[in-house]
Amino acid sequence: MSALLSVRGLAAGYGSEPVLEGLSFDLEPGERIGVLGPNGGGKTTLFKALLGILPRLAGEVDSAGRFGYVPQTERSRLDYPVSALDVALMGALSRVTWWRPLGRAERRIAQTALVRVGLGDRSEEQFGELSGGQRQRVLVARALVQDGSVLLLDEPFTGVDQPSAELLDRLLDGLAAESRGVLIATHDLEQARRWDRVLCLNRRQIAFGPPEQVLTRAVLEETYGGEIVALPPANGEPVGILPPHHH
Amino acid sequence: MAHALADPWSQGFVQRAFLELALLGIVGSALGCWVLFYELSYGAESLAHALFPGLVLAALAGAPLVLGAVGGVLVAAAAVAAFGRTPEIGRDTAIAVVITTLFGLGVLLALASASPPGLNELLFGDLLGVSGTDLAIAAALGAIVLTSLVLLHRQLLAVGFDRVNAAAFGARPVLVDLSLLGLLAAAIVIGVQGLGNLLVLAVLIGPAATARVLTRRLLPMMSLAAVIAIACGAGGLYLSYYAETAGGASVAGITLAAYLGVRLTAVAR
Repeated sequence: MSALLSVRGLAAGYGSEPVLEGLSFDLEPGERIGVLGPNGGGKTTLFKALLGILPRLAGEVDSAGRFGYVPQTERSRLDYPVSALDVALMGALSRVTWWRPLGRAERRIAQTALVRVGLGDRSEEQFGELSGGQRQRVLVARALVQDGSVLLLDEPFTGVDQPSAELLDRLLDGLAAESRGVLIATHDLEQARRWDRVLCLNRRQIAFGPPEQVLTRAVLEETYGGEIVALPPANGEPVGILPPHHH
Repeated sequence: MAHALADPWSQGFVQRAFLELALLGIVGSALGCWVLFYELSYGAESLAHALFPGLVLAALAGAPLVLGAVGGVLVAAAAVAAFGRTPEIGRDTAIAVVITTLFGLGVLLALASASPPGLNELLFGDLLGVSGTDLAIAAALGAIVLTSLVLLHRQLLAVGFDRVNAAAFGARPVLVDLSLLGLLAAAIVIGVQGLGNLLVLAVLIGPAATARVLTRRLLPMMSLAAVIAIACGAGGLYLSYYAETAGGASVAGITLAAYLGVRLTAVAR
């Protein structure tokens, strides 16, 4: 089966200086890849370069289809007059000419996406009045409306409540089962261990591969520098956990 | 009492003034809500001042004010861009210098002894002197602004929600910013005849700010702002008619009083 996304020698940054370089990896259909790295390590930069909203300074990106994107939720404004449905509908913008109003078909798709993230009955509520976890789910619904074959989720589990986290987890499994590819930026090593492959970044690619091969103490130390705290091995595997105030 | 309420409306100039205020109220409220959410109130104020010499030159040349406004906006934008690039000046200082210079130039032209009388109305407006032609131009411009806002609605919503990532969702921040700039210039032209360059912002921003205190939903906010603007317009006309105060200033004053009243009531609760 051919890769949904193929990245070779990618470098990206905000000016002419790369913030991130030397990236080469593939994303296969049905695969969930955890993207690990410290703050400022290049996770968001990678996503923006893939989306084409940051210039790619070197390398090649081949993608088979559209992207769906879930940016970090704290960027969203809470005093802004949009309903959950309005936000989900933003996922349909790139499919229609800019001046055309969105029609009934798009509204149905957006409503279905909200049902899928468990917010079907909250679609008319103001985005800013929802809880942190619910807001994150609305942003995931917007990415579902984009209907991309590749989904990029930037720290979707940060600041969400337990029910939302569990729902998101099931949703990621469901998306993989639909043969979509998912890249998830995270700080949670335990979570990354459950996914198919892991990409470790710290301004460059440190490692890429199955978690059991990649999540070694040496790789984690290189990825996080002095920020890593080692705990005694569990079940013979090295376990790393980040300091609690990492964010 | 009923006679006192009805009396001003028998006058044609009061009817025309009210229609002008109602038009500006409807257009300004829809646009004003976006100005608030895009945090452009100060930018809008600066824009009104910066395009003033354009309005004066158009009036001197006998050309439509809208052409002068477009020219004024373009000159101001180019000057801010050019001076903002000079490292030792900086963008903030560049805007302040360009705006005050352009406004000063406009005032100099408008009040020059060689200029025909009446140009100072561009500064403070002449609400009770609005003509049928002024109303027709305002209505046409108003229709353009409202239609543009409807067409741009989804784009405005998406860019305002998350400007940094908007492009990832097919929204176009540059299109939205330039459109808002153009629509603001058009709204200022609508209001400048009645309220003048210095007071037009009161009707653009005041009712929207008042409505924002009362509701958090966009379309109710726009509708409520329009009702507030029209009510304040009528109130200002009564004040002007009976207290013989300046029309534009009376409307601006009542609009501000409405905001303060609603705000203080909300705080007290």
